[in-house]
Amino acid sequence: MIYVNGEPVDTRAQPTIRDVLVERGIDPATAGIAVAVDAEVARRGVWPTRTLEDGARVEIVRAVQGG
Amino acid sequence: MSTQPQDNGRTASPPLQIAGRTFSSRLLLGTGGFTRMQTLDAAIEASETELVTVAMRRIDASAEGSLLDVIRNRGVDVLPNTAGCFTARDAVLTAQLAREALGTDWVKLEVIGDERTLLPDAPELLVAAEQLVDEGFVVLPYTSDDPVLARRLEDVGCAAVMPLGSPIGSGQGIANPANLTLIVEAAGVPVILDAGVGTASDAALAIELGCDAVLCASAISRATDPVAMAHAIRHAVLAGLLARDAGRIPRRTHARASSPLVGMPEFAE
Repeated sequence: MIYVNGEPVDTRAQPTIRDVLVERGIDPATAGIAVAVDAEVARRGVWPTRTLEDGARVEIVRAVQGG
Repeated sequence: MSTQPQDNGRTASPPLQIAGRTFSSRLLLGTGGFTRMQTLDAAIEASETELVTVAMRRIDASAEGSLLDVIRNRGVDVLPNTAGCFTARDAVLTAQLAREALGTDWVKLEVIGDERTLLPDAPELLVAAEQLVDEGFVVLPYTSDDPVLARRLEDVGCAAVMPLGSPIGSGQGIANPANLTLIVEAAGVPVILDAGVGTASDAALAIELGCDAVLCASAISRATDPVAMAHAIRHAVLAGLLARDAGRIPRRTHARASSPLVGMPEFAE
């Protein structure tokens, strides 16, 4: 079990960040998105290889309208 | 020296520079509060801004993806903020995510200390500012109208300071012009009035008081006609600059006649 944007997600053993994006229907090539794992930025370059441990907290963000 | 405005409406004042970058517009536009992307697009055009703010939030599969397209198609740059962060830690992480997502190391740093007033948390703000400067960010901090805090933010290397006129979205204008003047007098970096602008005259006053630029979000996005207000505030910023360059008269306690005191005719009884 990992947490993606606050929601618990059942995953196969140790998915990569890229796997998580794809499973959520997000094209990893999408411009303007960023990922944090356990309160640290995971650079785009590591998404295909960085695996997520059980309990990992993943935040996927993008720009929205804001003052 | 002539302060005559040129044909393009620019003044004799040198253009705004932040962190070595030159801007011909002194109006920054917040993108929050626009109910339609088309209105935002038209407001960007009407404002003639060159820098617009965005917030960073969890991706929502249902959300439209055109915000960055709208901004970039207008040829303006994006300034991510850390709105909604209540700690230095969260603000720093949000800035880092914004840099990763948007490819800019500029950040409008907000660390909020109180939900009801949305006033800045001064100690957390200073901690976050220092850390982000150390990490190579161009930091534009949203700050209270405290001249000492503004100086401290400049001392840790912020590229500008962004004091509030009054609380975010309140439309109360410039609550403490005396403090704002003190900040402007002491600052060695650009001062950008951020928050509180309600209408065009507030923006003009900010520039007349010596601010280098004004950031507006709600004043434009929540106006009855946002595009018309963007147009109005653009002109207000320019009017404020022209007036400042022109040199206003001093305030006087009593009247001073502008018509001659001599040569009055004496009328028959």
